[in-house]
Amino acid sequence: MGDVNRTLALDASEQGYATTRVDALLGWARKYSLFAYPFVTACCGMEFMALTSPRFDLARFGAEAPRFSPRQSDLLWVVGTISQRQAPVLKRIYEQMMAPKYVLAFGTCASSGGFYDNYTTVAGIDKIIPTDVYIPGCPPRPEAVMDGLMLLQDRIARNERRPGIVKPRFDPVQAASGLVQLRRSAKDPSEVLPAIQQEEAKTKALREGGS
Amino acid sequence: MSQLVLDKLKARFGAAILATHSDFGDDTALVEPAQWKAISTFLREDPDLDFDLPVDLCGVDYPSRGAAGRTEVVMHLYSIGKKHRIRLKARVGDEDMDGAELESVTSIWPGMNWLERETWDMSGVRFVGHPDLRRILMYPEFEGHALQKTYPADRIQPLVPYRTEEEAGVPLEKQAPFGPDEGMAFGRTANNISRAEVD
Repeated sequence: MGDVNRTLALDASEQGYATTRVDALLGWARKYSLFAYPFVTACCGMEFMALTSPRFDLARFGAEAPRFSPRQSDLLWVVGTISQRQAPVLKRIYEQMMAPKYVLAFGTCASSGGFYDNYTTVAGIDKIIPTDVYIPGCPPRPEAVMDGLMLLQDRIARNERRPGIVKPRFDPVQAASGLVQLRRSAKDPSEVLPAIQQEEAKTKALREGGS
Repeated sequence: MSQLVLDKLKARFGAAILATHSDFGDDTALVEPAQWKAISTFLREDPDLDFDLPVDLCGVDYPSRGAAGRTEVVMHLYSIGKKHRIRLKARVGDEDMDGAELESVTSIWPGMNWLERETWDMSGVRFVGHPDLRRILMYPEFEGHALQKTYPADRIQPLVPYRTEEEAGVPLEKQAPFGPDEGMAFGRTANNISRAEVD
């Protein structure tokens, strides 16, 4: 038996695909079994309720099960403003979660502090804990949040931990496709520059024509 | 509204009532800080006045006033039975907020307990005789008083050490939300009055 195992392991490592395959399999499994810990502190919570209710049906993405214990969850939704006084609590919750763990910043306040530019607000949870996906919006629409969730799933499946930001549904660069782009664009910036400039000129013309 | 309250106050306390007005129908009296509790007791216990509802208490900082009483403590009272209101003000503290003290009125209106704590927390006015004068909104480690105009607008005091920029992958300095030529009147530079400018 020992010999057989050794041979198999050697074979797999020599072929050079075994690790990749397991990662892909794990990523695929994790992607559709996200247990969420909702850390809801502010008005974005209203939108979170809408999101988790049947109308928008988060169950389609396998992320509908809330777990109010950090030890049983692997996706931390930070929904709303985080004050300095709350920061230790948030950090502790994050530390109690078991790896692999993912953090989703829901709304502008969680992402960057939003319009709270003062002595008591943490200007973005990434100052305290690593954040995987930022969803801008005040509050973001459920569609934007679902884009964020899909973005996160995409990253989990590819085992990539670079932070991602949900783009607006209308992006001048992607006006042609009209779809939100889940993967980071591999395009050279100089290629898309003419398109941006064209859009800017159009907007400027509109603005000047209106005033 | 009713001149009665101000007349009774003036008749009873005389020189301790520094100024009064009834602009926009709001009876207001500026009083001597030393008489704060005596006046409050009178307002609560006089049967004609009967102020039984403490509405609000807060501090307003006027750095330009300097030694004349930098922080103005403003108290709003209402009488449910008599249906009249009064606004009481007292100016305390010098340029450095030394001597910014008032006698606590928690023993007269228990509802003033948390409001006095808030005024202490935010404006730095000490209430002598308060049963439990701790910070109520900010944490004990917080230094200074956030609503004093001399508190720098961009000063934060994190309870949790921030991650380094390498770990976070983002700049950790607070970013100005608006450029100098755009945005709102409450931009940080506009409100950041330094002592030098005031004096």
